[in-house]
Amino acid sequence: MVDALAVYTRLIGAQVRSQLQYRVSFALDLTGTFLLSFIDFLAVLVIFHNIPRLGGWSVHEVAFLYATSSISFALCDLAIGHLDLFPQRIRDGTFDVLLLRPRGTLYQVLASELTLRRVGRVVQGLIVLGYALSGLSIEWSAGRAAVLVLMIPTGCVIYGSVWVAGACLAFWTTEGGEFTNAFTYGGNFLTQYPINIYSAWARRFLAYVIPMAFVCYFPALYILDKPDPLGLPSIVRFVSPLVAGIAALVAGAVWRLAVRHYRSTGS
Amino acid sequence: MRLDWELARRGYRRYSAYPAATAAGAFTNTIFGFVQAYILLAVYRHRTDIGGYDAADVVTYVWLAQALIMTVYVFGWYELALRIRDGSIATDLARPLSPLRYWLAFDLGRAPYHFLFRGIPPFIVGAFVFDLRYPSPGDAIAFLVSLFLAVVVSLAFRFLYNAAAFWLLDYRGVANISITVSLFFSGMILPIAFFPGWLKAIAHVLPFQSVIQVPIDVYLGKHVGASLIGVLALQAAWAVALLALARAALAAGTRKLVIQGG
Amino acid sequence: MIEVEGVEKRFVVWRKAGRLRRRRIEVRAVDDLTFSIERGSVVGYIGPNGAGKSTTVKMLTGILVPSAGRISVGGLEPSKQRIQLARRIGAMFGQRVQLWWDLPLIESFELLRHIYKVPAERFRENLATYREVLDLDPFLHTPVRQLSLGQRVRGELSAVMLHDPEILFLDEPTIGLDVVAKERVREFLTRVNRERGVTVLLTTHDLADIERLCSRILMIDHGRLIYDGTVDDLLARYGTERTLVVDLEEPAPPLDVPGARVVQVDGPRQWLRFRREDVSAASLTAAVAERARLVDLAIEEPDIEDVVRRIYLGSA
Repeated sequence: MVDALAVYTRLIGAQVRSQLQYRVSFALDLTGTFLLSFIDFLAVLVIFHNIPRLGGWSVHEVAFLYATSSISFALCDLAIGHLDLFPQRIRDGTFDVLLLRPRGTLYQVLASELTLRRVGRVVQGLIVLGYALSGLSIEWSAGRAAVLVLMIPTGCVIYGSVWVAGACLAFWTTEGGEFTNAFTYGGNFLTQYPINIYSAWARRFLAYVIPMAFVCYFPALYILDKPDPLGLPSIVRFVSPLVAGIAALVAGAVWRLAVRHYRSTGS
Repeated sequence: MRLDWELARRGYRRYSAYPAATAAGAFTNTIFGFVQAYILLAVYRHRTDIGGYDAADVVTYVWLAQALIMTVYVFGWYELALRIRDGSIATDLARPLSPLRYWLAFDLGRAPYHFLFRGIPPFIVGAFVFDLRYPSPGDAIAFLVSLFLAVVVSLAFRFLYNAAAFWLLDYRGVANISITVSLFFSGMILPIAFFPGWLKAIAHVLPFQSVIQVPIDVYLGKHVGASLIGVLALQAAWAVALLALARAALAAGTRKLVIQGG
Repeated sequence: MIEVEGVEKRFVVWRKAGRLRRRRIEVRAVDDLTFSIERGSVVGYIGPNGAGKSTTVKMLTGILVPSAGRISVGGLEPSKQRIQLARRIGAMFGQRVQLWWDLPLIESFELLRHIYKVPAERFRENLATYREVLDLDPFLHTPVRQLSLGQRVRGELSAVMLHDPEILFLDEPTIGLDVVAKERVREFLTRVNRERGVTVLLTTHDLADIERLCSRILMIDHGRLIYDGTVDDLLARYGTERTLVVDLEEPAPPLDVPGARVVQVDGPRQWLRFRREDVSAASLTAAVAERARLVDLAIEEPDIEDVVRRIYLGSA
């Protein structure tokens, strides 16, 4: 495990160093990403310019959702967003090289790149989080602080699992790449808003099938001490880490299945 | 004219050759359509009218916007910039066909394909689930005219930010800013009618509303008579202006290439 | 070392049958393949394009799972024990780069060292050897994408040998290289085989590679093995025809000499094909001299190129 982490750090380190080579370009990219990501939040502000509350949530509460969702997503995007280009690796055969090496393929694919400039989005999320917290009166406790801190990595893992499972589609068809976007970028978009505004079947889907509701909605209910308008048992507010773990296992299993299929049918 | 038609066919075929990709994209558009629709419907639980749009207007708006995303290709086009970067622009410029004319014709062939196969299907899905508005025959025709103009405006603008590659090594920064600004001010994310006054004023001065907001408003019948003529004329004016700018940029870029080399 | 028994690989391909429908066709890329390769041998694997060579190598290295049959490489089953096997083999696919495109060559080596867990000392030794034999120093710190083809191939060859694999699978390693570079690569492979006993399976279209490196040839066509034996046997069995090239004093009609046939005429020069068993070069020369005035002559031995070509055509 430690060894795997060490190799991952090395692989990523090489990438990072190569990206940082062009300092000015990188700084510009970083600033650009940072500024541009605010446009998404601008949409939230424009909405609240017209109405006082959305689905029973105030602007600061929605900002809280937006921020925590953004930060998790941006971190995930930073680390494995390159999976969007995975179909190309299958198409040009460079995936086969990974099968020749004495390491798991998923590990190698995830460790192959890191898009550092996306950290601009993370910073944006943190700023919005600051804005959100400044306008909320939260009764802080150890529990609430813990949930807040945990929300980020758990959200990350849930997004990551969706991304990995989606990338597996490339083993069957290399043209369907955009299909996954519906769940990764779509997922990020919809979790910026309170889940209770969506239709019943969508909510069930987001809780039981692709667990987006656990990225920030349920934990937020606890932190903000809001009653769940849908009346679900309060335990759901705390099980995000468990859900993330299950999601990761499922994603790993789907990957293994996909690679087995690929090795049987060839390219 | 014959040449333009051939180029347009090529544009159409380039994308019709990948039906799986189109289907996957249409699926994504559908999902985003649903999310946006629910968000805006939640907004309309508090008000029945915002800027002259009621709930049915706004939900129709969402599905039309999704249909238009690929039709006017708002999300980023880099082909020209890539050709400038890798030098193949030199071959293009050596031919007796202006790259601007080439890409315009190509895009006007591509747009119908995307409208039909990536735009209509999500709209149909939306129509099944939500109560959408449908245009009068007159408005429908006006809509198609407006759509045509929107594609031209969009292409000219895309050409411009791609032309940055003639001068900048890292054109991506300029491209990203251009795309994001144009996206926001086109009304794709939210109708411009939602914007606070000062932001609305800025939006009205920029060409981007001609790309998504205006066609949708025409469809929804928000413009009648003189107002309709006026808004289509505005689109046409922007089309002409941006094309002229694109032409100038191309000429300047070509001069630079010739003098300095690739 | 390598044992292949009754191996098959079937692919399902969808062919268009009309506007919308598609027909399911099963293609046998590899059919009833059986052979074994001893430790320390250098075997050439040849065949026309599409014969099934890459498919075979992919199955041997664990990339592809066979549809039927049994494969054992170094005592391991490639499809089931991929990672274990990966530590002991090295593979190089001529057209595809395994090194990291944007990084200097030396960094690729370092990354591989960690991926394969090569002990520092061994890594240093190997690196020193390859630097010397393949002359890597001039471009050791250059990003791989800036290397010429020859440099890249040398870099890759070093890369696949860093972890001391027992078996090397090489898919067209010399393709596109100039003569000097090819020589370097062949020298390297010979040395590695001789000094470390590395078993090598070499897929190639370059028959000079075969002549220089391989003791044995496996020939595959349409998924089936059509020849399995040594190069000498191959020549003895199929390469029995020799050619006598005669330069006459002046152009003449094709000579009619028993035991030989004229295959080409170019002015005063004629090429006579004859079989070893039928007539000796000496008697043939004498026979020619009786019929015309000879200025010069040469004897061409059977060429593996011809032999292989005839076998391909013969089995088609």
